[in-house]
Amino acid sequence: MNSFWALVRRDLRLAVREGGAIGTALGFFLIVVSLMPLGLGPDLNLLARIAAGILWIALLLAALLSLNRIFEADYEDGTLDVLATGTLPLELVATAKSLAHWLTTGIPLALLAPVLGILLNLDLASYPILVGTTLVGTPAVSFLGAIGAALTVKARRGGLLLALVVLPLYVPTLIFGISAVSAAAGPAGMGAAFLILAAISLAAVVLGPIAAAAALRIQLQ
Amino acid sequence: MQTLTQQLANPTRFMDLSARVLPWVAGIAAALIVYGLYLSFFDSPADYQQGETVRIMYIHVPCAWLSMMVYGLIAVSSFGLLVFRHPLADVSAKAAAPIGAAFTFLALLTGSLWGKPMWGTYWVWDARLTSVLILFFLYLGLIALRAAFEDESAGAKLTAVLALVGVTILPIIKFSVNWWNTLHQPSTDFTATVDPSMRWPLLVMALGFTLLFFAMHLKAMRNEVLRRRVKAMRTQAVAGRDRLATQPAE
Amino acid sequence: MQLIAEDLIIERGGRLVIDGLSFAVSAGETLVLAGANGAGKTTLLRTLAGYIRPSAGSVRCDGGDDELTIAEQAHVIGHANAVKSSLTVFENATFWSEFLGSPNETDGHIESALRHFGLDDLAEFPAAYLSAGQRRRLGLSRLLLAKRPLWLLDEPTVSLDVASTERLVSAVNDHTRSGGLAIVATHLPLALERARTLELVSLRMAA
Repeated sequence: MNSFWALVRRDLRLAVREGGAIGTALGFFLIVVSLMPLGLGPDLNLLARIAAGILWIALLLAALLSLNRIFEADYEDGTLDVLATGTLPLELVATAKSLAHWLTTGIPLALLAPVLGILLNLDLASYPILVGTTLVGTPAVSFLGAIGAALTVKARRGGLLLALVVLPLYVPTLIFGISAVSAAAGPAGMGAAFLILAAISLAAVVLGPIAAAAALRIQLQ
Repeated sequence: MQTLTQQLANPTRFMDLSARVLPWVAGIAAALIVYGLYLSFFDSPADYQQGETVRIMYIHVPCAWLSMMVYGLIAVSSFGLLVFRHPLADVSAKAAAPIGAAFTFLALLTGSLWGKPMWGTYWVWDARLTSVLILFFLYLGLIALRAAFEDESAGAKLTAVLALVGVTILPIIKFSVNWWNTLHQPSTDFTATVDPSMRWPLLVMALGFTLLFFAMHLKAMRNEVLRRRVKAMRTQAVAGRDRLATQPAE
Repeated sequence: MQLIAEDLIIERGGRLVIDGLSFAVSAGETLVLAGANGAGKTTLLRTLAGYIRPSAGSVRCDGGDDELTIAEQAHVIGHANAVKSSLTVFENATFWSEFLGSPNETDGHIESALRHFGLDDLAEFPAAYLSAGQRRRLGLSRLLLAKRPLWLLDEPTVSLDVASTERLVSAVNDHTRSGGLAIVATHLPLALERARTLELVSLRMAA
């Protein structure tokens, strides 16, 4: 477990030092959300109704920007070869890197979402639930995204291919994430959708690294 | 060179067997489809609500059934490749994906054509159509991923991993789409029970389409086996024509 | 301890690279892999490390830790250095020591590993400032940052000058002298002790 946290710490340090990626993702998030009213019209009532959906979709797209770097850098400079010789199973290597991605990209995006909600006239009562759902749902974004990243590490046009491969996998998280926000305002509350969202994230955290590691082993051959 | 000939041996047996089986499968498929079309258009009742347009169902439903069955077949083939390293598993998965995607697209197309007279619009976001649309994206992902690799062996195995991930997530996607649909569309249920008089033609068409798929799949597998042979032969020819080789490769 | 390869048949991209190779390397020995480019040295090393599965034959390690795979008991030095430019030399070294090593390594072994390869004065500099040869030496310092019995080195002397090469050779010799095992792919005549050579012939061209 020492090696696990050493790897997470290293990835966090690299993310901080290399800067770029998270700023780009946050900026992309901001721009896409800003384009929505330009495309849909400034009717605040309309925007308020669809705000949660827009925020979630823009968040997914922004996350995609940073996903392909999860394994790419390590693959290119030979680090992945050496990581595979550690006593830490490759599945836990994938877990560590997915976790680092969530900490450095998922959480910032989740926290920016309510701020951008201002642009979309998001109902004030929805703010805490929105943050709750994005924080609970973004682990699935990172851990499922890592599967796509592992599959496309060596591929031509990796970034676009990653989006095509990963976006269908995000459908359940998207649906339950938005469902929890809109249900919260209603009579039944957000209980069921939120729990299912959490369950999906949990399943992604446990099973995602297995698929990612299987893909990485194939890439190392 | 022992293992290379081992590799060719199994496909050769496959080629023999498929050459003999294929005409039969294709023939029976054709017969069933012709019979099924006759039943669909002439021997089954029009729907009391939808009139004649319900007959699109006889093509739409088999296509939708195939879109799922073929994905299941790809998942099984992928499992066979990764776990058992079966030599033909990858050929099967690679051949099936475009055909499955095509049937999925046909399901969407016929569903859309059916929708116009029924709901007045060419597309509606009901649970089933939406799930089929996402299934279509999963197929596209498989095809695109495989195409992105020059190393065919790596591409085969990675596509297999993606197929298994997809088949695992598919039930969750369907569940979530159903959930979403019940939230947004109060009970427009298009999956009304099928009248018994419609069941028989539907069954015939479904069977005919399934056999049609297998005929196409076998043919595509044969093509793929031949393509790989050509590629292996060319690779060897390149080695053999190298003037700087003092000894030709075997 | 012995690393034994039996009847290895390895194919890459449909092409046969290694056809029925058998050999054994014992503790205290260095096996030098020689052969032209494309003869299969890298493929063989990666198969020994376990990245590549051979089409036939086996690789096994006798006398080592039965709980661990070969990769987990080996240092693999490939063509790339596994050095992160944004981390300092010391941070790079510390990471590998923590990730590959066991917790009871003596304090100060990181400094001595860096000192062996002449990098101790550079410890606080980001690796981005290092030259190609210095980066190579930082990658090689992994060998001393964690104790592993098996060393699989693929052209380790690339980018190294004479002095650095001598440092590497002395590290390998120290390793084999204390019972370790090394397999080194190289074209250069290196002063490796207790060494014998295995010549790989490319199956596309006879020498």
